[in-house]
Amino acid sequence: MKQGIFEITENKPLTQNVMRMRLIGDTSACIRSGQFINIKIEGLFLRRPISVCDLNKDELTIIYKVVGKGTEVMRRKSVGDKLDVLTGLGNGYDLSPSGDKPLLIGGGVGVPPLYLLARQLMERGKDVTVILGFNTAKEVFYEKEFGDLGAKTILVTADGSVGKKGFVTDHMDLDYSYFYTCGPEPMLKAVYKRSVTSGQFSFEERMGCGFGACMGCSCKTVTGYKRICKDGPVLCKEEILWQTQK
Amino acid sequence: MADTKVTLCGIELDNPVIPASGTFGYGAEFAELYDINILGTFSFKGTTWEPRFGNPTPRIAECTEGMINSVGLQNPGVEKVISEELPKLKKVFRKKVMANVGGFSIEEYVKTAAQLDACDCVGWLEINISCPNVHGGGMSFGTSPTAAAEVTKAVKKAVKKPVIIKLSPNVTDIASIAAACESEGADGISLINTILGMRINLATRKPVIANRKGGFSGRAIFPVAVRMVSEVAERVHIPVIGMGGVSSADDVLEMMMAGATAVEVGAANLIDPYACKKIIEDLPAEMEKYKINSLREIIGAVNG
Repeated sequence: MKQGIFEITENKPLTQNVMRMRLIGDTSACIRSGQFINIKIEGLFLRRPISVCDLNKDELTIIYKVVGKGTEVMRRKSVGDKLDVLTGLGNGYDLSPSGDKPLLIGGGVGVPPLYLLARQLMERGKDVTVILGFNTAKEVFYEKEFGDLGAKTILVTADGSVGKKGFVTDHMDLDYSYFYTCGPEPMLKAVYKRSVTSGQFSFEERMGCGFGACMGCSCKTVTGYKRICKDGPVLCKEEILWQTQK
Repeated sequence: MADTKVTLCGIELDNPVIPASGTFGYGAEFAELYDINILGTFSFKGTTWEPRFGNPTPRIAECTEGMINSVGLQNPGVEKVISEELPKLKKVFRKKVMANVGGFSIEEYVKTAAQLDACDCVGWLEINISCPNVHGGGMSFGTSPTAAAEVTKAVKKAVKKPVIIKLSPNVTDIASIAAACESEGADGISLINTILGMRINLATRKPVIANRKGGFSGRAIFPVAVRMVSEVAERVHIPVIGMGGVSSADDVLEMMMAGATAVEVGAANLIDPYACKKIIEDLPAEMEKYKINSLREIIGAVNG
C-alpha cells in the first residue's frame, strides 16, 4: 500500500452513469490485477474504493458507476484536478492457476478489473475468452477494448438488445481451463453453481479503511475469517461460504 | 525544544498520541507504512476470551464528518492473540503496548485480562466496558456505576499492570461512572467510546448497518468528547485518556487542556493511515504557537 497524490488526465462518460478516469502518479504499489485503490473525496469522510481497470507505467485507469454522493463528486472532477489515493490495496487475482484457456466472466461494473487481468493473461500467451454481461445495450462498455486485446469476447445482455440474450451463466458452456469473475453477488453465486472448474471471485463490500485495520468488511470463509479489503477482494472458489456471505 | 513527554500510570510516553483500539489492528498494517515506534503507544484490537466474528455486514456507514461502525468486537480470541499476534507485534513495536480487553461477563473480563497481564509487551490493560455493538454485552457494564465498579474491582484483583477503564458516552452522568471505577482502584479512565448512531438508506428504507445501529465516531463527535473528558477529569484524581474525533495536533492540545494526560486517535487512522504520524510531527510547532514548553503543563488547564 502507498498513499499518493494523483493527477486526473481523463474523466469521461462511457455510458450514462459509467465513467472512465485516468490518473497519473506513483503506481509502484499496484502489483496485481484485481487490486483496488481508495480515493479521498473532499466533503466526505470515508474514502471510496474502486477497482483498477488498467495500469500503464505511472497511469492508472479506473471505471466507476455513479451511484451516490462520492461517485457524483468524482464525476464532476476535471482533467488536472488532484486526488489523494491509497494504491495497491487487496490481494488481486492470482494468474498462476489459469491454465491455457482461462474464462473471464464480468457483470456490469464488475467488468473493469477483468480488463487488466485479460491483458496480463494475453501477454502470457493464454487463449482468453471473456463473457461480458450487462442489462441492456445502453449500459455496455469495453466490448471493443477486450476485443482489441485479442480476447474472444462474448457480449450478453439480459434483454437481448445487443449480443446474446440472457445471463452470463446461460453462455458458459465452453471449454475452459479455469475462470475469473467479478460482478454483482447474485451473478457470482450463479457462476459458482454453473462453473465446472476451479476459479477466483472478486467480492464487493462496504469498507471502512480499505487496508485491513478496521474489520469493517469481514466475511466467513472455509479457511477462517477474511477481510475483503486485505485478504480479498479475490477469494478462491474452494474457500467461499455462500450461506454466511451476505 | 518542545517537551512532548507525558507519564501514563507510571510509564513515560515520548508523546501522548495513542492510536485507539479497533482502528489500528495489532499494528502490522501501519508498520508497513511508517515506523510505529514514534507513537506514544497504541491500544490493540479489542480482545475477548473466545474468538469472535462479530456482526453481519454491512458494518460501516458514512456520516457527516464521521462514520458509524458495527464491527462487534471481531477478534481471534485471547489465546491466538497471545500466540500469533503479539509475537508479530513485538517485531514491529519495541515499546509497551496497551491491551484492550472486551468481555460479556465479569469472569470473562478477569480471565482475559489476566492472560494479557502476563505478557511482557503489555504495559497497560484498557478494559472496554462500553462497546455498543454487542447484544446484551459490554454495554450493560458501562451504563451503570455499580456494574462498572464491579468489573474494575474484579479485574484489579487479578492483574498487576495498570488498569484503564474505557467508558461509554451513552450515559447520563459519565463522571459518576468514572468516579465509581476510581473508587474500586482503577488506575486510569479512557473516554469516549463511540456514540450510538443510526443511518437509513432512503432508497431501500432500511438501516444502512445490518445490525441497525452502531458506534458513531470521527471529527463530528470531538466537542462531545472534550466536554465529557473535562467532566471526568474534574471529578477523578487518576489519569484520563481523551479520545473521540481527534484528528490534528490542535485537537490533542485541546483534549489535554480538557484534562487528558494522553490522547487516543481513532477514526482518523482509517481515512488517513498516516494520521498519527502527522499529528506527532505537527505537535512541536503547534506547542510553540501556543507557547507550551511541556505538554505536562497543560493537562487540565481549562479546569483550573
